[in-house]
Amino acid sequence: MADLLLSSTEKIFIVHGVQDDYRSDGRSNIDYRPMELETEVVSHASGSARLRLANTDVLVGVKTEIDTPKPDQPGLGKIEFFVDCSANATPEFEGRGGEQLANSISNMMQRAYQSSQAFELKQLCILEGKQCWKLYIDILILESGGNLYDAVSLAVKAALFNTRIPFVKAVLMDGGNVDLQLSDDPYDCKHLDVGCAPLLITLCKIGDKCVVDPSAEEESCSVISVVVGVTGNTKSYCSGKEIDSVKSLERKCSTIGMNGSGSLAPQTLQSAIMQGMVAAESLDEALGQALLRERQENVILKKHAYGFLK
Amino acid sequence: MTGHVSIRLASERVNHSVSSSNVLPRFYTPGEVITGTQDFMRGHGTYAEDDCLKSSVAGVMQKVNKLICIRPLKSRYVGEIGDVVVGRILEVQQRRWKVETNSRLDSVLQLSSVNLPGGELRRRSVEDEQMMRMYLQEGDLISAEVQSLFSDGSLSLHTRSLKYGKLSQGTLVKVFPSLIKRRKNHFHNLLCGVSIIIGNNGFIWISPLMQDLMIEESKDEINNYESQSVSKSDREAMARVKNCILALVASKMMLDDTSIMFAYEESLKYDSVKDLLDPEAMLDIAFLTQHKINNIMDE
Repeated sequence: MADLLLSSTEKIFIVHGVQDDYRSDGRSNIDYRPMELETEVVSHASGSARLRLANTDVLVGVKTEIDTPKPDQPGLGKIEFFVDCSANATPEFEGRGGEQLANSISNMMQRAYQSSQAFELKQLCILEGKQCWKLYIDILILESGGNLYDAVSLAVKAALFNTRIPFVKAVLMDGGNVDLQLSDDPYDCKHLDVGCAPLLITLCKIGDKCVVDPSAEEESCSVISVVVGVTGNTKSYCSGKEIDSVKSLERKCSTIGMNGSGSLAPQTLQSAIMQGMVAAESLDEALGQALLRERQENVILKKHAYGFLK
Repeated sequence: MTGHVSIRLASERVNHSVSSSNVLPRFYTPGEVITGTQDFMRGHGTYAEDDCLKSSVAGVMQKVNKLICIRPLKSRYVGEIGDVVVGRILEVQQRRWKVETNSRLDSVLQLSSVNLPGGELRRRSVEDEQMMRMYLQEGDLISAEVQSLFSDGSLSLHTRSLKYGKLSQGTLVKVFPSLIKRRKNHFHNLLCGVSIIIGNNGFIWISPLMQDLMIEESKDEINNYESQSVSKSDREAMARVKNCILALVASKMMLDDTSIMFAYEESLKYDSVKDLLDPEAMLDIAFLTQHKINNIMDE
């Protein structure tokens, strides 16, 4: 992560603050900073979202393409993540500077989305063994103010929620070749079921305690952080009538990763994971509410993109 | 116990403008024609092209008789002699430190223009050049005064006064230098038990109330003092001041001790400091502060 210079006394101040459960902006160790979300910001993508968390700015676009499924998983679609760290975020990302961070984020996302309980790849299947949808998820990091993993995972889930996949009208089989006819009408499409898509929660160990949503200053005070991928609850993403038909799912941890040079005692790790699960719950609910609110607004009036104008 | 999460939509974005009258000053963009070149003088932020005076930065116009300047809204810090700045040591070099002060070029702090901790006199020797990292090392924050300007525009700083020097525990807030109001005094002890240094360069240092024990104590005691934990009430007041400053900055209001203190008083109606992170609360505080300032100006 971008290295920030801090004096030793500033670090002492931050560490004591975490110890007292009172951080420099008044948050406790389990509070997130306010976020701003907008979906459908890129008109030529199948789905897109932009998330701003204090100074962290992430733009995600989803593109769909038809592909042949892997021979060992004939009934499943594909999903691929690509992270680009823009040099606008910090000068250190220039050239190949951001590559390591980008790879670690995309690997983490790939791992979190691998389980069928996290993201059902079956819904991307068109014709078993022959054709499937492949989702390219492009993540652009425009500004980095700490807590990139959480911001990226939130934006990805929002973009997937926004993604539309066209219906297949007809399939022509000509020997071994398959010819698909897609619907021309842009509104004739289906939404993906992303309710249980995972969110990544970073728990930064500062002193003896773990904090969520660390700012860039806090990140530089910590030697190790745990990233926990926690699956979502479909119920938070349903509105109106559907809500009764969907049963509430239990949250599951789909992946765990660690960043940094330090080490963790098994007990700390366990409590960090539990803390992550709790944080994921409120985060997932808040995201679901925001997305449903936006979808409802778009039904009533035509969407007006706000984008980056402030 | 669950944490607090708030996700708002872009369509619910808060407009931070607090201007009481609806007349906003005319805003010039780079390359925009201001007037013809006749009878006007070209000032900062402008250039002449095709018999026209054009703006070279994005900002508002200032006119003094025939001189036209455009003052940029966001810019790097342009130093002036006597300014109080807060800076961060970037590098320790031969007989000088490189300091980051938010200006276009890094500033310089000469070894000859510092007072050693404890007020002890410096002996010019090789040892003391080798001891430089003991006084100030990379990452340390200092408060200093601009001593002189070099021809390339970079600044030379000095800390030859007891009020300047290395900063201990606290937090740094970075704002636009154009929002800092120039005052006689930039060191303030606020009534709420917080002391702030409003650097002209847009770096604001917030720390618990300074005790004047640094002067005669020995080095060990200073170190001991530096690692002591700040009490929770101090911490809360500091966080409140920090969030108030950020609220004023979001609404592009000028910062000085009065506006910060007013914002602090207005913010007291929010019990919990973290509520001040909410954009609506920020606007509320900025608006009330602006109102209070307007009232005082009218009197």
